[in-house]
Amino acid sequence: MEQEIFQLSYLQAIVPELLLLVVGLLLLGVDLVLPEARKRELSVWAAAGFAIVALASPLAYLGEPQFVFGGMIGSEPLNAIFAFIFAMAAFLVALLSRDDERLEPSGVYYALIAFAVIGMDLMVAATDFIMLYLALELTGLSLYLLSAYDRRSRFSVEAGMKYFFYGSVASAVMLYGITFIAGLTGQTLYLGVRYLFASAVMPAWFGMGVLVLILAGVGFKVAMVPLHTWAPDVYEGAPTPVTAFLSVTSKAAGVMALMRLLVWIWGSLPSHAEMTSLIAALAIVTITLGNLFALRQKSFKRLLAYSSITQAGYVLVGVTALSPMGLTAVGFYLAIYAVTNIAAFTVLVLVSNRSGSDWLRDFVGLQQRSPALALALLVALLSLGGVPPFAGFVGKILLFAAALKSGFVWLVGAALANVLISLYYYLNAVRMAYTRAEEPVEPLSIPVASRWVLVIATAGIILGTILAYPLYHLLERAAMVWF
Amino acid sequence: MITVQQVVFALFAVLTLGGAIGVVAARKLFHAALWMVLAFFGVAGLYLLLEAPFFAALQLFIYIGGIAVLTVMAIMVTRGIMKPKEPVFTYAIGAAGTALAFLVMLGLFIFKTPVWDVAAPTGEVDPNGLRALGQALVSPSAYLLPFEVASVLLLAVLVGALFIAREKE
Repeated sequence: MEQEIFQLSYLQAIVPELLLLVVGLLLLGVDLVLPEARKRELSVWAAAGFAIVALASPLAYLGEPQFVFGGMIGSEPLNAIFAFIFAMAAFLVALLSRDDERLEPSGVYYALIAFAVIGMDLMVAATDFIMLYLALELTGLSLYLLSAYDRRSRFSVEAGMKYFFYGSVASAVMLYGITFIAGLTGQTLYLGVRYLFASAVMPAWFGMGVLVLILAGVGFKVAMVPLHTWAPDVYEGAPTPVTAFLSVTSKAAGVMALMRLLVWIWGSLPSHAEMTSLIAALAIVTITLGNLFALRQKSFKRLLAYSSITQAGYVLVGVTALSPMGLTAVGFYLAIYAVTNIAAFTVLVLVSNRSGSDWLRDFVGLQQRSPALALALLVALLSLGGVPPFAGFVGKILLFAAALKSGFVWLVGAALANVLISLYYYLNAVRMAYTRAEEPVEPLSIPVASRWVLVIATAGIILGTILAYPLYHLLERAAMVWF
Repeated sequence: MITVQQVVFALFAVLTLGGAIGVVAARKLFHAALWMVLAFFGVAGLYLLLEAPFFAALQLFIYIGGIAVLTVMAIMVTRGIMKPKEPVFTYAIGAAGTALAFLVMLGLFIFKTPVWDVAAPTGEVDPNGLRALGQALVSPSAYLLPFEVASVLLLAVLVGALFIAREKE
């Protein structure tokens, strides 16, 4: 065992994670001393903490791409960008949690969000299979507990249980795949495994077999068909802010971990055409199934659940490209998708605070009750549907362009057809909001925390288009590091 | 010629597999837990055979001493779980078919992979292996970060589980 000199820069590379740990522990502590009546103030504490983490996240990039902690994680611009995205999502969700009247947030709730973000940061940054597995489990376990957080609701407990059981099996299968790699190559570092794959010591079909096992764990996080079955029930049963959080962040972390595995390891196989075809096939099935089910939903929460399965499918279209352009598009889309989905869920939280349910029909007359809220819903849903000039449109163009450039014409054609189908249910929800109610309605005021969430998220959706070029450029430079 | 080692291996393999079959075939959950102890014991034996006494000891302490005992405790304190009300298997044929298909695939996977033919490592087992393992776990150039993440994971689970399981006020 060679003696290692510990470098201070190692700690700088995990500054966001260290801060998140501090925020989590502080929130657990503050919870103990805060009187019961003031528990809602915790939301502001948590949001402030996450905002600090977001501001500090650029520090995680040490100036040039390098491995830290013995190659367990990399210090790269892309990791810092995603640490920022996850912290921002946690910030918005913490604010939103304050205004959900059906939720009683405590220190444990926000601490679990902080711990989940640590896991997701490390999922993106991991360059070692052991690190990846632990990060995946940390994310998973925190999210299972958050889903079951509302113990008074039978559905929330059921959601937590379902999520837990499916998730444990999925990650066990993935761990099984990792044991094949570790057993055969004696390596868990991505670069070591990559070398053995590239030198053609491993037969290609062995690589494919292991990939399928590993896809179980990562695909579960992404809610990729056929590993999507947990998603609708968990999304519906979990407290709505938790759904907003896990539908954007855990998905993004899963996609980035998958993309890194494909680019770094499986892309180095002498022939990887079967692999990209497999991902392409899974992408189109995911998009289509999500769409078909979304069309039939009467509950807005469930509709958003299926819609987010479809959205993950669009991202997978970009993943198939396995090119710098593909990675840039995936990063761009995940960032845009995060703010867009959180905006849509915020509207849902405010509407169901009054109606006490998640039905689509509760949205009738929303425009009379609160024009601002209806407008926010319009912007969010049009962006999800990919209608110009909103950022979702730019994101989809980038994803499809990357796939086209890699030769997946049929895939892009099928995905475009699905974009048209999805417009039906997105516009249907918008139509509900802009339909005049027959009986008189009460005005709906937007509480101050949610107002901030809506302003920031909507600004993100619009700035995503206006600043598309500099954002794309930033992500492109970060993405080049992988290739 | 069958060596002593092979006989011992066969014995532990039968213990492990027999225990595992017992776990899924037992009708009472309590019996399944006991079968599980047997399977864990077999695995501990296999570790010994691989000249990894440390892992054999861990297997005994953690799996039999911790997990199996905890499982038995959990079964005993859960009401109405001790006696089965209906047959355990609802989809017996489907499950058996899936398991069999998986087994065949796995067999093909293992036996058709040429790289499994690597020579067994020769030479002495490193007497300092345990020391190296311990150092690797806390060395910043090895597994320090995963080790610390594991402790955050345990903290998250502990706090969350206490919250979920506490009495309703």
